[in-house]
Amino acid sequence: MQIILTSDLQARIKAQMEGTYPNEGGGFLLGTPNGDSVQINEIIQIDNVFEAEEQYHRYAMTPQDWMRLEDEADARGLSLVGYYHSHPNARAIPSVYDRDHALPNFVYIITQVNEGKAAEQRVWRLQNDRSQFDEQELVVRE
Amino acid sequence: MANIRIPTPLRAYAANQATVTVNGETVGAALNDLVTQHPELRTHLFNDNSLRNFVNVFLGEEDIRFLDGLDTPIAADASLRIIPSIAGG
Repeated sequence: MQIILTSDLQARIKAQMEGTYPNEGGGFLLGTPNGDSVQINEIIQIDNVFEAEEQYHRYAMTPQDWMRLEDEADARGLSLVGYYHSHPNARAIPSVYDRDHALPNFVYIITQVNEGKAAEQRVWRLQNDRSQFDEQELVVRE
Repeated sequence: MANIRIPTPLRAYAANQATVTVNGETVGAALNDLVTQHPELRTHLFNDNSLRNFVNVFLGEEDIRFLDGLDTPIAADASLRIIPSIAGG
């Protein structure tokens, strides 16, 4: 599956994830599924509500964040298609913790941030049987 | 009948519906009716007969964990909502 992102949105994700370093940051992806691709139309940064001392390797949002963004997406004819978060000083590969909390049919963009600078950015989807993530093609357009 | 709002990524397992109408006098009974109607949802909501840890169910504005959990009684026209916990690490 192709996950299509504009270079502007990609730059904004990277800037946000550098901004939350050394802690993890993240947010929701709003977009449009279209057969074998998903177009990302908008990113919405959400505060990390995990315990402060754990935020260097954990990220969480509240159920109220989900309700608000899902209602907004539905009202605007968009879909809540996924979420993005950072891995400070770690590869952009889903952790076991990521998999335990993941949903199928959802796009996961992970950005590696090394010493405050965004590096590798990769995109993943969970298999329907929840057994593992598969990497997807990230397509960046002007 | 009560209704359950389905989170966007799981709507594919509920005939692409955002809301499903269900029968049941408790939250648990309503969820059982939901997964009976749409069996593919079960593995994403339950571990055996318990809700998965990252699955939250709200009755109106209230998390059922702060009510009586799956035993929480519901009105005939109740609105339930399934909210995944979004977390990463």
